[in-house]
Amino acid sequence: MSGTFVGMPAFPAAAREAVGDATLRGNLRHATHTIRDKRARAVAELDDWAALREAGRRIKDHTLRHLDRYLVQLEESVTAAGGTVHWAADADEANEIVARLVEETGEREVVKVKSMATQEIGLNEALEARGIHAYETDLAELIVQLGKDRPSHILVPAIHRNRGEIRDIFRSEMGAWGRPAPEGLTDTPAELAEAARLHLREKFLRARVGVSGANFMVAETGTLVVVESEGNGRMCLTLPETLISVVGIEKIVPSWRDLEVFLQTLPRSSTAERMNPYTSMWTGTTDEDGPRTFHLVLLDNGRTDTLADEVGRQALRCIRCSACLNVCPVYERAGGHAYGSVYPGPIGAILSPQLRGTGSEIDASLPYASSLCGACYEVCPVAIDIPEVLVHLRERVVQGGPAVREGNRVVLKPAKGHAAERAAMRAAGWAFDRPGALRAGQRLASRSRRLHPRTLPGPGRAWSGSRELPAVPAEPFRDWWQRTHGGKGEAE
Amino acid sequence: MSSRERILGRVRRALGDAPADEAPVARDYLREHGQRSTARTVELLAGNLADYRAVVHRCADGELPALLARLLSARGARSVVVPPGLPAQWLAAADAALVPDRAESTPHELDEVSSVVTGCAVAVAETGTIVLDGSPDQGRRRITLVPDHHICVVRVPDQVVSSVPQALERLDPARPLTWISGPSATSDIELDRVEGVHGPRTLEVVLVQAQPSGNVTS
Ligand code: SF4
Repeated sequence: MSGTFVGMPAFPAAAREAVGDATLRGNLRHATHTIRDKRARAVAELDDWAALREAGRRIKDHTLRHLDRYLVQLEESVTAAGGTVHWAADADEANEIVARLVEETGEREVVKVKSMATQEIGLNEALEARGIHAYETDLAELIVQLGKDRPSHILVPAIHRNRGEIRDIFRSEMGAWGRPAPEGLTDTPAELAEAARLHLREKFLRARVGVSGANFMVAETGTLVVVESEGNGRMCLTLPETLISVVGIEKIVPSWRDLEVFLQTLPRSSTAERMNPYTSMWTGTTDEDGPRTFHLVLLDNGRTDTLADEVGRQALRCIRCSACLNVCPVYERAGGHAYGSVYPGPIGAILSPQLRGTGSEIDASLPYASSLCGACYEVCPVAIDIPEVLVHLRERVVQGGPAVREGNRVVLKPAKGHAAERAAMRAAGWAFDRPGALRAGQRLASRSRRLHPRTLPGPGRAWSGSRELPAVPAEPFRDWWQRTHGGKGEAE
Repeated sequence: MSSRERILGRVRRALGDAPADEAPVARDYLREHGQRSTARTVELLAGNLADYRAVVHRCADGELPALLARLLSARGARSVVVPPGLPAQWLAAADAALVPDRAESTPHELDEVSSVVTGCAVAVAETGTIVLDGSPDQGRRRITLVPDHHICVVRVPDQVVSSVPQALERLDPARPLTWISGPSATSDIELDRVEGVHGPRTLEVVLVQAQPSGNVTS
């Protein structure tokens, strides 16, 4: 995975910096608390939430168990519907395929819908190196791109920017990319959104090539699904003549009917809405409606390595709703950038080290970016036991052991003596003094979480009552922070 | 070895020691939430549409042309895109110039048009969603995207379902589908919801009753 931000300090150092930044903390706190409370209300409306969550988990597990079969079926259905399927084992290969497909159209620019997968592989940079401009069209992505910045949240990538900063970025940068910001632009959200509308419309109307990801791919029908709010997705999916979608292989669901689960759980978990403003579904190409050419690039890039890990593979159930970010006490204080990856927060802490391996300092320290409080598991609409995977990955950093890298079985050395160990040491030095105790204690906590599911039986009564209450943390964040940093950086 | 073979091979090796599949997925979640009369379901649809800032109107069959004409002129619409299969009488009273939905039109031309009027495939009460499937009374996807004002006509109660599972049952995956819940919106700036970024900034939904209003029983 080529998505490590170059020069990124390991989590503890990056987090310390972020925690000291009062503006960032204020923005994050406001944002995560607002969305957290709204989500709780949206979820409470459905008295079968626990059953939907369990069905979501089971559908995803079943899909992963037969992933080879469903990939082949998907390829057949997409091809039968007029699309072309490409397979990319890693980031470089995916970037090469997309660049070649764009070059074949003769175009030098593409419009893009927000997509984690294309960020993960560094597609924009790879296209730029080939002289192709990729324009991000999601408002937050636009803010990030114009600000020469990095996204910090899955759903709201510019969550770390407040309105004043956004106005300044629009004023100073829009002109260099196309239509400049209107004269006298103020910092009201409505005016800022209008500025983005005008700036991007010119790009949509002339676009010949669109690039997207997808939230779901239905193996049975070959249908791709993109869930969004602003309409930029619809623009990119319907106006261009050529559409290229880059999608991780884990995004498959077997049948059309499976969407009935995720179209209920995803919007409520992510934007806390009953339904997001726009959802687009397309199956191959349609005569005289939308793109004439459709390419699907299926991306591995570490996913099959993750699949090989019997504890860690559950991370592939993730539907990228970002609910776990919004409840995470560590994320709230440290911010998305500290995770050094396009996948921040609790899911990032278990996904990045698996996709990329724990060879780098940042990846080795990520499994420690948690207080194991379990709030992420409580809200996860596909019931990923993030604390369980974190503990498992900590073990792997400390003790080494068998793993699969780029399809090959390898035995990882214990982190001793290399950069990864030092990073992990800084994050949780005490644990190295008594790794056995840590392991036993955490394993136990993690196991009993399984035995005592906090999603109580009965159609949702108890669920809605207990949902927002994290279990007693194995170690509260504050203690962890005090212990590992002696309170340094706790600026307030 | 092709990347296809490489990836499929990695998947198969990764799953080598995976336990056999659990029992089939239990679908013991609800098909719909709560029991409602047909009239109540339509009420719920209207309420949820309005909650997400769609403007909701209700009328009887015969009142539709006058209502559409009024909505278009209130908006000052000079032109309106018309899908090929839209019932001709719907816009019989409208003053705006009618622009046919044609394959040759460029996005720039569409951008000059004030409004669009369509039917829909299905409407979902629990979520306040209308779904378009590109049928002749709805037209190409882009005509409901580029103009800034969309009026969508829903025949009630026939086109209304309670829930997302019921909506999926009615839809054909082979058609291009657009699910619309309120006008386009963003919460990207400090999570303040702003209506209208790239799609139509005004969404009006007309619930048109086949029989005279008030005559529908459950
Ligand atoms: S891990 Fe779960 S809660 Fe977090 S983003 Fe993924 S699906 Fe959502």
